[in-house]
Amino acid sequence: MIIAERKPLEEIKNMIAGYKRILVVGCGTCVTICWAGGEKEVGILSSQLRLASNKEENELSILEAVVERQCEKEMVEELRDKVQEVEAVLSLGCGAGVQTVADIFEDKPVFPALNTAFIGMPEGEGLWTEMCGACGDCFLDRTGGICPIVRCAKGLLNGPCGGTRKGGKCEIDPEKDCAWVLIYRRLEKQGRLELMRKYYEAKNYRAVKRPGKVQAVQA
Amino acid sequence: MEKVGKIIAFCCAESAYRAADRAGRLRIRYPDNVRVIRVPCAGRVSVLHILKAFEKGAAGVLVMGCQEGACQHLTGNARAKERVKYAANLLQEAGIDGERVKMVNFGPDMAQKFVREIKEMVEKIKEGK
Amino acid sequence: MAKPFRETLETKDFVVTAEAGPVKGSNVTKMIEHIELLKDRVDGLNVTDNQSSVMRYPSLGACLLIKEHGGEPILQITCRDRNRLAIQADLLFAYSRGINNVLCLTGDSIDVGDHKEAKPVFDLDSVQLIHLVRTLNSGKDMTGNELDGGVDFCIGASATPSADPIEPQLIKFEKKLNAGVGFIQTQAVYDLDEFKRFMEHARKTDREVKILAGIVPVIGAKMAAYMNENVPGIFVPQYIIDELAQAPKGTGVSKGIEIAARMIRQMKGEKICDGVHIMFIGREERVPDILEAAGL
Repeated sequence: MIIAERKPLEEIKNMIAGYKRILVVGCGTCVTICWAGGEKEVGILSSQLRLASNKEENELSILEAVVERQCEKEMVEELRDKVQEVEAVLSLGCGAGVQTVADIFEDKPVFPALNTAFIGMPEGEGLWTEMCGACGDCFLDRTGGICPIVRCAKGLLNGPCGGTRKGGKCEIDPEKDCAWVLIYRRLEKQGRLELMRKYYEAKNYRAVKRPGKVQAVQA
Repeated sequence: MEKVGKIIAFCCAESAYRAADRAGRLRIRYPDNVRVIRVPCAGRVSVLHILKAFEKGAAGVLVMGCQEGACQHLTGNARAKERVKYAANLLQEAGIDGERVKMVNFGPDMAQKFVREIKEMVEKIKEGK
Repeated sequence: MAKPFRETLETKDFVVTAEAGPVKGSNVTKMIEHIELLKDRVDGLNVTDNQSSVMRYPSLGACLLIKEHGGEPILQITCRDRNRLAIQADLLFAYSRGINNVLCLTGDSIDVGDHKEAKPVFDLDSVQLIHLVRTLNSGKDMTGNELDGGVDFCIGASATPSADPIEPQLIKFEKKLNAGVGFIQTQAVYDLDEFKRFMEHARKTDREVKILAGIVPVIGAKMAAYMNENVPGIFVPQYIIDELAQAPKGTGVSKGIEIAARMIRQMKGEKICDGVHIMFIGREERVPDILEAAGL
């Protein structure tokens, strides 16, 4: 799932400075689950902006909305009436959502209230961990299901590097496990260490040419 | 008395509300700019409730629940504590002193404590001015 | 002119290399001083490449200086800052200017350095880099195109004998040996028993490769603790920290040199490895003292 985090309020205020009527729009999918841009977060951000603008004696009127998936044209279209009433849109969608809104309503400035961070999963309550780098050339069959591209700080295919800390922690962060030590332990558990002993050639970093395009066929 | 903005006190029915009630019956005087809102549990109060209270002109918010470990709904007061902390940060970010929202824990007969907390919040608001 | 490193590796019993740290700037005066001081006392002279991800004068440039002053340079290439095109191009240039030895490294992570917002490259890892140099040596580039003018590098790599856990490192080490390297310069060695075990494993995999133990003198208990915490791949054991703590004030550097020399003597005397690689960055002018104390 896509994980995003809300930008600091100061940064958001600077983006919308000068606009007096805005629409704050959230997304009901990934960013709702990771507590960044769902209905509650739209309410909270709008409330904060009103409190701040009252204090600073700025005029600011806010419309609020949530779209089920902000990356879908048809769903974003539903916002048209509201968008017409405002000068700018503040989107709490991920990068794909913000751009979809910006593409549909080309005559309105659209601002991102979130920083989209990664594809990940919940490690604990509200704690999200990066799992996948969307590299387009999945290597997980060879590493016992642990991605070396994003979970190894250097993205090595033949790891580990010589910088591993004591106890199998990563060079860049003593709290972070060295992905290749994790891979070693996983493959050892499964009796498949020969996979780690193999030499892997340089990665095809153009497996997905950016910006990526995939044409799928419905079954 | 100098005019101070309203204080909203979300009071849990099992504890704080009873304490407030007792203060009333014992005729202990406390400032009259308090609005007591009875909730089934402090955990019912959301972050947005707190922010909206300030939006609507409150100068301070108290979230009053059962004592730690005594919540009838088990984790309601613990959740409330976390939400109040989060709300304080959000208020601070928006330019409002985060100490204007506070979580307080009660037993049902703590009438004096109820009055004390109200008075303290009034003082804090006055100082802020 | 200095003897080619490849030859020295084949003929000399105990090989000695050292490392010089480049300047952060274009003023190469001090570097040239270090080069002049060390070039005739060691069999090969490495220059680090943006070591610890701190931006400095490049290894390639420094190796040219070594060549110009009659020394035998060992070029260090990391995968952190250059993609496969840049690496191949740099190697062609290096060879054309008489630089024949290359140490293939992954590279420290960006986070430990002084440009923490830079984009890390890591297009290749160190094993792929070794294979790449072998491919260039065979007259082709990485995608199979013929080279007009080939190269013939003596290839080296690093190893970390003190890693914990050691097993994943040994797997990586074997891959490097299988990729075909002529020499290994290890990370700092302090525990000789541990190092002997590592050498046993190395000899089983490849009898031919020359292994040079990394020697990093530690000059104080505080420095040792700092290195343990902040420098990737270094583990100074407690008994050395204790020995340093007991040294009288102001004698830290001499103590560090004494400990290092003692280790080198033992490695040479007991034929534990094929030589040493001395890294005394910031105190290059004291390297001759280590060599003298070690009887080299």
